[in-house]
This record gives sequence, C-alpha cells and structure tokens, in this order.
Amino acid sequence: MSKLMNRRRVLRGMLNGCAITVGLPFLNCFLNENGTVLASTGASIPFRFGTWSWGLGMSEAVFVPKKTGPNFDLPPEIAPLKDIQQHINLFTNYKVFKDAAPNLCHHTGWVILRSGVAPLTAANRPGETIDVTIAKKIGSATRFRNLCANATGDVRDSFSYENGNSVNTPEWSPIRFYQRLFGTDFQNPNAPEFKPDPRVMVRKSVLSGVMDETKSLTKDLGAEDKARLDQYFTGLRDLERRFDLQLTKPEPIAACHPPAKPPEDLPSGLDADLVSKRHRMMTDLMLMAVACDQARVFNMFYAAAFSATTKPGYDKPHHTATHEEAVVETQHCQPNVSWYTRRAMEEWAYYVQALSKIKEGDGTMLDNVLVYASTDQSFAKTHAIEGIPMFTAGRAQGRIKTGLHIDGAGTPGTRLGYTSMKLMGLDVPSWGDQSNHTSKEIGEILA
Amino acid sequence: MRGARVAPVALATFATARAALAVAVALVLFFVLAGCTGGTGEPEGSASPMRVRLMTGKQYSATLAYIFGDDVSDAVPAPLPPLARTGGLLASGAASIGVTSDQIQQIQQAAAAVAARVVDEEHRDFLIPCKPADEKAADAPCAKMFLQQTGRLWYRRPVDDARLAKLVKHAGEAADELKDFYAGLAVALEGMLVSPDALFIMDVAEPDPDHPGHRRLDAYSLAARLSFFLWNAAPDDALLKAAESGELLTRKGRERAVDAMLASARVEDGVRAFFDDMMGFNDFDSLAKDPKAYPTVTGATLADAREQTLRTVIDHLITKREDYRDLFTTRATFMSMNLAAIYGVPTVNGWVPYEFPEDSPRAGLLTQVSFLSAHAHPARSSVTRRGKALRELFLCQVVPSPPPNVDFSKLDDPDPSLKTARERLKVHATNASCAGCHKIMDPMGFALEHFDGAGQFRDTENGAVLDTSGSLDGNAFKDINGLNQALHDHPSLPSCLVNRVYSYGTGGPLSVSGDKAILAHFTERFAKAGYKLPDLLRDIALSNAFSEVREGKSGRPTQVAQNSN
Repeated sequence: MSKLMNRRRVLRGMLNGCAITVGLPFLNCFLNENGTVLASTGASIPFRFGTWSWGLGMSEAVFVPKKTGPNFDLPPEIAPLKDIQQHINLFTNYKVFKDAAPNLCHHTGWVILRSGVAPLTAANRPGETIDVTIAKKIGSATRFRNLCANATGDVRDSFSYENGNSVNTPEWSPIRFYQRLFGTDFQNPNAPEFKPDPRVMVRKSVLSGVMDETKSLTKDLGAEDKARLDQYFTGLRDLERRFDLQLTKPEPIAACHPPAKPPEDLPSGLDADLVSKRHRMMTDLMLMAVACDQARVFNMFYAAAFSATTKPGYDKPHHTATHEEAVVETQHCQPNVSWYTRRAMEEWAYYVQALSKIKEGDGTMLDNVLVYASTDQSFAKTHAIEGIPMFTAGRAQGRIKTGLHIDGAGTPGTRLGYTSMKLMGLDVPSWGDQSNHTSKEIGEILA
Repeated sequence: MRGARVAPVALATFATARAALAVAVALVLFFVLAGCTGGTGEPEGSASPMRVRLMTGKQYSATLAYIFGDDVSDAVPAPLPPLARTGGLLASGAASIGVTSDQIQQIQQAAAAVAARVVDEEHRDFLIPCKPADEKAADAPCAKMFLQQTGRLWYRRPVDDARLAKLVKHAGEAADELKDFYAGLAVALEGMLVSPDALFIMDVAEPDPDHPGHRRLDAYSLAARLSFFLWNAAPDDALLKAAESGELLTRKGRERAVDAMLASARVEDGVRAFFDDMMGFNDFDSLAKDPKAYPTVTGATLADAREQTLRTVIDHLITKREDYRDLFTTRATFMSMNLAAIYGVPTVNGWVPYEFPEDSPRAGLLTQVSFLSAHAHPARSSVTRRGKALRELFLCQVVPSPPPNVDFSKLDDPDPSLKTARERLKVHATNASCAGCHKIMDPMGFALEHFDGAGQFRDTENGAVLDTSGSLDGNAFKDINGLNQALHDHPSLPSCLVNRVYSYGTGGPLSVSGDKAILAHFTERFAKAGYKLPDLLRDIALSNAFSEVREGKSGRPTQVAQNSN
C-alpha cells in the first residue's frame, strides 16, 4: 500500500470541513494477504473479551464428563454442546471459598467468580467485576467501553459492576438494543461516505465545561459522595474520548454487516421459549456490534442467579424447581431442573455458534475472542458452591487451546478469571481475596 | 426559632408593655416546651441527613415533562440506572448509587435526543421564548433568555451569571460553527442535561438563624426536597419563586407552599410514585404468567392490575381522604375490561369505579390482582410469598432468607392425596429449620388461597375444600376478611407507612437510633389525625426534621454554606 493510498492521508483535514463527505469504498487492497490485518494501517483484528452467564448451576452426575482433556464425553445436560465442543473448554471441580462470610444463596458463587471477593451480605454487590477491569485495558478504542445485555427482559439483571454501588445497566429489549447499537449514532465502517458529525466538536467543548462544573461540586462532599462525583467525572472524560472516536473515519471491516432494520418487539416474560428467542436476538445484535468494532468487551446474561425461567405446562419456575423437585435416583437428577439446564446449554451452544458464524480474516470471530462463562451455584438444590462449573469459548488469537475438559482438583475458581485477565494482557500479579486469592493460571489451556 | 417570627405581629395587638411582655414570655415558653416546632411537639433537635441523591428515572421524566411537555419526555426513555432496594424503597437506593461510564454515555444520548426535539420545528415556537434575528447565526440575547429560564427549572435554582455566560457562549460558538441558531442552542441544552449538578439532587445547607448552632437546608434545597417528595419531580416555577423570595424559609410561607402542593393534582403523581415503590411494583416491569395455566392473563392484564391498585390508593387516600388502614378492607376500586375477566365481573370499556358487593371475597389491597399475582408463581399461588410480602411491604418486617442447605423436596410430594397447599406445606411446620420463619408467613398466605397465582377466585384446589383460617401475630381469623381486619388493626401497619414516607421524603434509608424519636412522633400524630395520608405528608413536609440537617452516612460535612448560584 503506497502512502498515496493511506486512508488517514485521505481523511486528513476533513474535520475542518465537517459537512464534506468522502467516498471511500471498502477495497480488498486494504487487507493483507491472509485477511487478518488491515494492510493500510497495520491494525490487526482486535482481540476481545466476553462473558456469558447462566443460572442455577448443574447436576453433577449428568453434567460433568467422566473424561478430562480433549474429546471428553458429553453427559445429558451438556449434550447440546456437541457441535461447539471443539470451540470451548469446560472447567469443573473448582472451588469458590466463602471463608468467614456466610453462604449467601445464589449470590456468593457468582460474586466470587466475577469479582474475586466473597460478599458479606446479600445486598453486598461485587467490587469491580473482571469485565470492567479488562474493559479499562482494551475498551478505550471503541464506541462502547463495555456492552451488557440480557435475555430476561429485566433491567435489573446484570453481573457487570464498576463498584459495589454502580451496575452497568444491561440492555433488555431487542428494539432498544438495536437503536443504541445501530441507530442514528452508528457510523458504519463500510459506508462509502464518511460524514463526521459536526456537532461532535462543539459537544466536546460543552462537555469540558460540564467537567469543570463537576470538579467544583466535589469540594464540600463527604468521602463516599465525593467518590460518586469523581466517578461521574471519570465517565465524562471517557465520553470525551468516545467523541474523539466519532471524528475519526473507522477502518472498513469485512465482518460488519449491521441489521438493516430493527428487530420485532418482544413481550415481557420468562417462558423458556421466549427467553431463548430474546437471547438469540440480543446475541445476534451484540455480536454484530462486536464485529463492527463498536465494543471489545461484551457481556451476555442468559438467566439470573434466581432464574425464574418457566417451562410450559410445569408449575415451577427454574429456581423453585431446584429446591422443590425431588432427585429421581434412576435419572441421577431432578428431571425438570435438568430440562432447564439443558435449555441453558442450548443457548450457550447458540451463542458460541453465532461467534463461529462471523467470518473474520481467514477464520471466525471465535479466533479473536475469549469468552468466560459462569453460573452461581454448582448444585442449586442445596445452594452448593463446591465444584461450580465454568466455560471458556474462543481461541484468544491463538493464546489458548480449546476442546478440553479441565478438572480443577479443588483449586480456586478464581484461577479462570485470573487466567482471563492475563490472557487479555493485564499486568496483574494475582487476583482474589483470602482463599480465593490466586496467582496461578490454568496452564492446561495455554497454548 | 421559627415561631419567634410571628411574635412581633402578635405583640402589636396588646396595649400595654406589661401585657406584651407577658405574652412574649408565654410564647417563648410555649415554643420551648413544644420543642420550637410550632406546637407539634416534635422532638428537640430533629434533623435528617444531608444527601446526594441521583434523580430516579421517573423523576427525570417527570421533570422533563414539566419543562418541555409530555411528548418530549415520553419520546426519550429515562437513561438512569436501576436502583437497589434499600430500607424497603428503591428511592433510598438513589442516595448511594454511582453512575458508570457506560451510563453517562446513555445520559448523553438521551440529552441529545431531548435537545433535538426541543429545538425542532414542531416544538421550538412553544418551548423557546424568543426568535433569533437570524436562524443561521448565534443570537446571544435569545439564547440567554431560553437557557436562563430552562436552566432555572432544570438546575432547580437560578443559573448564576458565570454559568449562564458560559452556556450562552457555548450556544453561540456552536451556532456559528453549525450555522444554525437552534442546533447551537441544542448543544448548550445537552450540556445542561448531562450536568451532575442537576442529575444529582445535592442538599446544600446554611446556618439556621432561628436555631443557633443548627443548620438547615437552603431555600432551593428545601424546595427540591419538598417537590421530589410530594410531586416526584423538580420544583415548579411557583415553588422556586417562594425559594427565591425567601418566603419558603418562613413558617407561614412554607405552609402556603406545602398546602398549595398538596392541593395540586400533581400530588397524585407523587403519591403514586411512592406507593409504586413501596409496594414493589417495579416487579411488574418483567412479570408474566404462564399462558397455559392462565390463558386470559396477558401483559395488558398485569399492567392494569398495577394501575387498578394505584387508582384505588389515590382515590381512597387523596381524593376521599380516607383512613389509610381502610385500604385493606375497602371494597371500592376501579375496573377495566382486562381485569373484569379475571375478577369475573361485568364492566364497560375504560376505567370505571367499581364496588365489590358485601358477599364478595374481594376487599382491600390484599385481594386485588396486583398483590395476588405479583406474589405468586407463574403457574400457581404461593402461600409463602404472599405472607412474606405482607410482612415486608406493609409491616416493614424483615423475613430471614432460608438456610442454604434446606431440602424442600417434600414440598413436591407426589402423594395425590395432598391436594391443597396447606397439606403440602405441613412440612414447614414439622421441619424445625423451616418452622421458625414459615410460621410467620404461611398463616397469612393460607387466607389468600382462594385466589390462584393470577389472582382469580377459586372455590377449591384440586377439588379439595380450602381452609383459609390462620393468624397474624396473635389475631386468629377464619378467612380473608379476618386477615384484612387483623392487618387493618395491626399496630405496625400505620407505623410502617410513616417510616416509609419519612424515608422517602428525606431521600434515604432511616437511622435506627437517629430517627426513632421523630418516627414515633409522626406515628402518634398520624393516629390522632385519623390515619389520613395528606395530613401525614403535610406534617412531615412542615417538620423541622425535614428541613434541619445532620451529617449524612457518607460523612458529608454539615458546614456547607455556599450556594452554587
């Protein structure tokens, strides 16, 4: 690529003429030979981090494979993973430690796995969750720092926290999610013309005034309120950076094919089929936004810790069933609870397959992501947190092997979070608190 | 001492100095004995914490609706985060919630959408009080007029000169850059709409000249606290004028303002918001019933159930000024077509007043579809959930969570001879680890077993006759009417409401030790006044506790005197 064809050279000077439009079709000559690197800039396909969560764990006898390593067997609850087995790793027999804290039903497990710290009360939210920590490292270059969405249709369902008082609000409606991702503020990287919004520059100027105001407000506040205002100020600074991004012509992305029209609206409700439909719509929107490099950290929440998903014709929602349904010894599980878990695994399979269907370079998006999946309990009936299962999906740009079942031998479950942070390039010597503290990666999956 | 301000007027009516002196002494004694509270007997030194609250989504939308109209407000979903229920109220969670970077991005997007609508051709002639000399250029006087007027309402106090100059400058620069006066104005408005000074409701205090050594909310903070309390929205023009003139800081001025607010139709918005919060109606945002079990219950049905209860509350407490406790026995309500199918009664289109007959099992809030369906499973009723909700929502009691390792399998006993919930739940009474908590929930829930998980009446369950007897804290009853009466007569029913209303009004969770005396005071007066909500609202709004401040939980200093004007 000669300098004359450099896209930034073409764009240089555009900002002073905001109303000017420039025709810049996506050309194959902008890609290198194998398609993984944008030849014009040397920018590689970004490496991203995702999370996925399901509720209420598993039934060990019908979930945990007998065999470890590659080609592990697929007991009934994870049978739906057959087609994605080569893309994932399954982690079992890891522990989360509550130490002196109580075992808070459906809370302790997920909070430890996402934040590394055992909560002291049910109202005690996690500190910074790993997606937020990772987004600080890799989330600055995109329009959204961190995307959160759920399949429950409930705005309260999120496992992403900046701190104990600050949840990242999830998107819960497909239409709203579409509008946020691909509405009027979306700049299609493959659009033939680039029109920097002239209002963005003037917005930046106004924003700096708001930041000055924010600073002046904090001087008379107590420590906790000052921290809240400081957090707001940080958010405004972050917003300013996002404005800068809007002024830069995005590089073309072959994988970016935004939906042409908004999705249908969905009613509220937690019927398993409806949840499944919502999950798939939200997944498709989210992953396309990732493909279009609108975000490099993304969180999908299939079901809540107290999952109230319902099975048509069965009078107990998932959570109620875990406690009230008897174990049928001949089946080694609670049959209806197991049905709910299988539905969750079907959706996990859908999610991973959706990643595999997005072509990037000479591979798929799975090559360029690390997805971390966790739940809140191991055996929900007794609120057990020993042996809580986890997954990863994706090859993390060649950094990890996949298709493995790893037996954690009772070591801390926080090792997977720690491994994830290391893989994502964070310079962290250790992670987690007290017995959940670890500085040991899960070496078996490292390439 | 506020009362002292009326003394000179009173003294002027007496002819002799001696008489005047006697009256003055009497007045001083009166106010000292009455705790300097205008004769209400409010405990000495009552005060509430200074707080920094994030505006709730409803408050954001209601404030925009007042300033710009419903169509602008309705077109833009409130971009504020969900709140954690704290001390029984979502609103109290606003006193500690933080705003993430992602959320601020959403706030900015909403601000841009609001601003674009305000200046569009459809709205500008109504919402902007002037026209620019040239639509393609800056016009500082016109921008100033709009930003000053709008800013005063949005920031809940006059926009100081420095801030106004900056806003006008931003509008002008943007207009010149964009060659569009209205686009420039929109950008300046966006800046206002993302300002934390408006989105956070920040209490500002000043020395209280009537109570040396004490501090009080300044007039604008008091106006905001009153307005968010009674209207669930920012102050209107009249209330801000009362703050600007200083009238709001006088006893009589504050009474006039509070009485005007209580007389306004907007108090219904405030009371609705409070009860929606207190009764946990945000659950309806995602509530659904199993269509196989309850084919007639749709999303519209459940939305109407929520609305029915709120209409009942407003009509009973505000319109009719009835006894709060009677909400749990009244047969008067409102009916819609969607609900008529569930209640099995005839009706006409639209919302109409409806009175259940004397022989109907329906009486009071507990028998309305909202309570019955929200506290049940998607496909069946729940004795335990209903009992728990009754205690937590209306009696302010906390029911402990079940122990982590309890085995509930016996509840799913397939024995076909166990036809009713009472039979299946016997395990609660016979299992020691369950009995402790379930004995305080199940006996009330049994009384509601004539209503299924969608709130529909049923004579029997699986063909078995239902035994709806039970007890509530020593009051035994035979059926739902007995439970309603037991709840009506429960001493914690009114005190719970007082606790929640005071917490809601002062913007955060209660302090067990710091608020004990003032809550007892309000509860006593609430009872003496016949449990009338408007009287309770007025009492709290006019109390010293409402306007005097003490250090908040966050350690916020009380020595804050400057005004951000």
